[in-house]
Parts: sequence; C-alpha cells; structure tokens
Amino acid sequence: MERLPNAVKARKLLTPWLFLIAPLVLLIVFTYAPVANMLVYSFTDWDGVSPELSFTGAGNYVDIFTRSELFQVFLVSGYYLAASVVQIALALYFATVLSFDVRFRNFFKGVIFFPYLINGVAIGFVFLYFFQDGGTLDSVLGLFGYESDRAWLGTSTSANVSLAGVSVWRHLGLNFVLFLGAVQSIPGELYEAAELDGAGRWQQFRYIIAPGIRPVLSLTVILSVSGSLSVFEIPYIMTGGATGTETFVIQTVKLAFQFNKTGLASAAAVVLLLIILAVTWVQRRLVPDDKVDLV
Amino acid sequence: MTPLARVLTHLSLAVASVVVLLPLGAVFLTSLKTPREMADDSGALSLPDDLLNFSNYVTAFQDGRMVAAFGNTAFILLFAIAGTVVIGSMAAYAIDRFTFRFRGLVVALFLVATLVPGVTTQVATFQIVNSMGVFDTRWAPVLLYMGTDIVSIYIFLQFVRSIPVSLDEAARLDGAGAFTIYRKIIFPLLKPAIATVVIVKGITVYNDFYIPFLYMPSEDLGVISTSLFRFKGPFGAHWEVISAGAVLVILPTLIAFLFLQRYIYNGFMRGATK
Repeated sequence: MERLPNAVKARKLLTPWLFLIAPLVLLIVFTYAPVANMLVYSFTDWDGVSPELSFTGAGNYVDIFTRSELFQVFLVSGYYLAASVVQIALALYFATVLSFDVRFRNFFKGVIFFPYLINGVAIGFVFLYFFQDGGTLDSVLGLFGYESDRAWLGTSTSANVSLAGVSVWRHLGLNFVLFLGAVQSIPGELYEAAELDGAGRWQQFRYIIAPGIRPVLSLTVILSVSGSLSVFEIPYIMTGGATGTETFVIQTVKLAFQFNKTGLASAAAVVLLLIILAVTWVQRRLVPDDKVDLV
Repeated sequence: MTPLARVLTHLSLAVASVVVLLPLGAVFLTSLKTPREMADDSGALSLPDDLLNFSNYVTAFQDGRMVAAFGNTAFILLFAIAGTVVIGSMAAYAIDRFTFRFRGLVVALFLVATLVPGVTTQVATFQIVNSMGVFDTRWAPVLLYMGTDIVSIYIFLQFVRSIPVSLDEAARLDGAGAFTIYRKIIFPLLKPAIATVVIVKGITVYNDFYIPFLYMPSEDLGVISTSLFRFKGPFGAHWEVISAGAVLVILPTLIAFLFLQRYIYNGFMRGATK
C-alpha cells in the first residue's frame, strides 16, 4: 500500500467509527450499562430512590432461593414450559399438514398465524371475556348441553392452565410459520424419490422433514425455554398475578416498582439472566451452529 | 392420502380455525351490543339486536382516550422506526465495508447483546432512563426501541453483504466519500431490508405493553396498549365497551396483515432465525 499523508490516514481510521458511534452508544447505554449496574445493585439493599445504599453481600440471592414465596414463581414457569411442548407439537403438525397441497391452504395459514400479531392487551381482554362466568367458553359448553359454573381463573391450577393455554393460542403462529418455512425449503424431489421407494407419510416426516427442520427446531426450543421463564404480559393483564399466577417477571416488576426493593429485584433479574444464558449455552453445545453469524 | 386421512386433516384444520376465530368473534359480537342486551344474559355468542350499533366504539374513542393513544403510538412508531432504520443500516455498512481495529470486538458486543433478554434488565435500565431525564416522556420508548434492536442490524447486514463492492469502488473513483456511498448507493439498495424492518418493528412497537407501561405512567401519554389496559378500571363491568376497545386495537393489525401478508411472513421468519 502506498503511503498516505497523515490527515488522510486519520480520516480513514475514523470513518467507520463515525457510522458506529450512535449504535454503539445506544448498545452500551441500554444493554451493557444496565447489566453492569444490575450486578452491582444485586449485592445491595438499595430502594431505587434514596442516595444511600449499603452492601449486603449475597443476602439477596440467599433470599431468592430460601424464601418459598419468592421461589414459588419458578414453579409457575413449569406450566408455560409444559404448554410450549404442546405448542411445538401442534406447530409441527400444522406445518407438516399445510406444506402439502390442501384446499384453502392460505386461509388456514393466515388464521393460525394471525394471533401472533395481535396486541397483548387485546388478547388479555379477549380471553378474560372468554373465561369469565357466562363468557365465551361457558356459552360454547352450553351449546353442547354442558352447564358449567366453574370459575376458570378461580383456582391456582385452573388459572395457570388457562393462562398457559392463552399463551399457546398467541405464540403458536410464529413457531408454525418458522417450521413451515423450513419444511418448504426442502426440495420437492426428495418426497418424490421417497414415494417411489415406497415411503409413507410418517416415514417421509421421520426421514426427510424432521432432519430438515432441526436447526429451526432447536432455535424454537430455546426461545420457548427463555419465553416460559420471562412470561409477563398475559398473566399481568388478565389476573395481575393473583391466585398463584405470579410469574418471575411480574414478581420482579412488583419488587422493583411497587415495593422499592431494587436490590432484591436486581438479584432476581440476574438469576433469570444467568438461567437464560445457561440454557443458550447448553443449546449451542448440543446443536452446534454450522453457519457462522455476522463475521 | 387416504380419504380418511384427508377428512381428519381437514377436520383438524377446521377445529384450529374455530379455536382461533371464536374468541375473537365473540368479542366482536359483544362490542355491538347495548348495555341492556348485556344485562339480559343471553350469552356471549348471541347476535346483537342491531348489527350497526357502533355506540360502544364512540364511548371507547371518547371516554377511553383512544384518539390520543393512537396519536402517541404514531409518534413513537415514526421516530423509533426511522431511528432503527438509520442506525441499523449505518452499523451494518460500517461492519461489512470497513476493516478496522476492534472490529471483532464490536461484532462480539452486538452478538452477545442478543442473548440478554430486555425484560430482565429493566430494573437497572429504568434508573438510566430516569437519570437521563426522559422518564415519562415519549422519548423514553423511542430511545429504548432504537437502542435495543440488534435483529434489525442483522437483517441489514445480510443485505449490505449482497450488494457488490464494485459499486462502492466505482463511486469512489468518481470521488465519492464514505458517507456519499452510504447515502447514494447502499441505502437506496436496502429497500427490501428497510421494508422488512419497518413491518416487523412496526408491529412489535404497536403491540408492546411492557415498555410504555413502565416508562410512561401519565394518562396523557397512553399508547394503544396502555390506554386499552386502563379500560379495566372505569369500564370494569362494561364488557361491551372493553370489547369495542379491543376490536379498535386489533382492526389496524388485521388490515395490515391482509394487505402485507407476504412481507409479514418473510419478515418474521428472517427476524426470528436471523
């Protein structure tokens, strides 16, 4: 390379940073600084307002794992985790079915996907009405001659199952469209060849479709796990966390913004972050990504 | 497929459609009912007496502050999307077209950030937003939506990579600087990526509840999510008004979906699998 005068050289060095300054500042201010601060807060008893704070060591973390009412929220995640297994199975089924030529294919595809696009508050209200006494669900059951006087959101188990059901209703569409895209990117000749060899539908699914969607499936599993741990909108809007439906994020938001326990809430958030990072790490280990991202 | 399998397939699809559409349909029917009909207790699935009774929509608009809410949402959408497009495309251009020191570090910073879910860090983000003095203004969500969107950078990066470098070189020979190349050559060629980002980001911002709920508690600053959420108090027992509010919020999404189906499917697929 020929020698450039210093001024030109400096400008060349500087140019990429001029383009990167805004994105980097935003990235650091809104992602890395909060994570760093959160780590510090998590070892204090700060209330989020007063200028004073004192370090309490690992006290907040001990609280989270020993006070049963704080730990209880992890159990609620179990309902959503179970629901996401159902969700993935249904998404796989519909993606497989609709990858073949079915009448009204586009209509069904649209209907299954559309709930994913709907505003969460609207969904919350739609299903509050659905589950309420004399609401949509009771009316439908009434059509079949079944008079129900059950408060669907009344007991802890029933409420959590109902809310997890709403979550499946809402998120199934994204899984489905991702699977459908993966299934459709499998070349059609493969099915023809398999059919010539006498393979049935199930064998086609087992040996052609399943391997073809493995990367998307593993991505979906990790999204489901982190999604189940960070549920907030649907239960917050529908029950406000009452009757044993409080999730990890609802609890953290309440600790931080209602009870001014910034220190404890930060520790809870750090625990959640660590769990999600661990899950991601395990997934990367089990299913190594063959395509290298970005660079 | 055997005839039986075909019947079962269609049956399962029909059941799925009913499960999706019935809860929405019931709310739509309810939104057209009068308070008197609601008190009759004729059930959620009964037809309203007057299919053109839009009085609940008027109530939702006037007493539910939905006009202001749509205005605030539009304001945030405009600035957040414009900011995301400019920032994302600039970052992608710099990362793909330049070799510089710490490039690997910059890329790693963006990569690692995708692993940090936004919901977990709000406790501390709140303090930062507060200290910047933008708490309870519409700029808080705008900044947060702009600052935490790494998926858009990915989408832009894929597109920048597909633009031949020879175009840049030709322009450079004509005396164009880096910024001119970005503005005159790269940016216009990014149109498909911009469309994707605008659609995906638009729907995400329109639907978001968490950030406006935390950062804009003032009633004047309600966006459609938070304003609809506030229906719970004053209209607590008036399901016909709440239903009208929900339909008002869902309708723009439905229209956008019907017109932009193809782009929406592609956008969300690209966004999720990055």
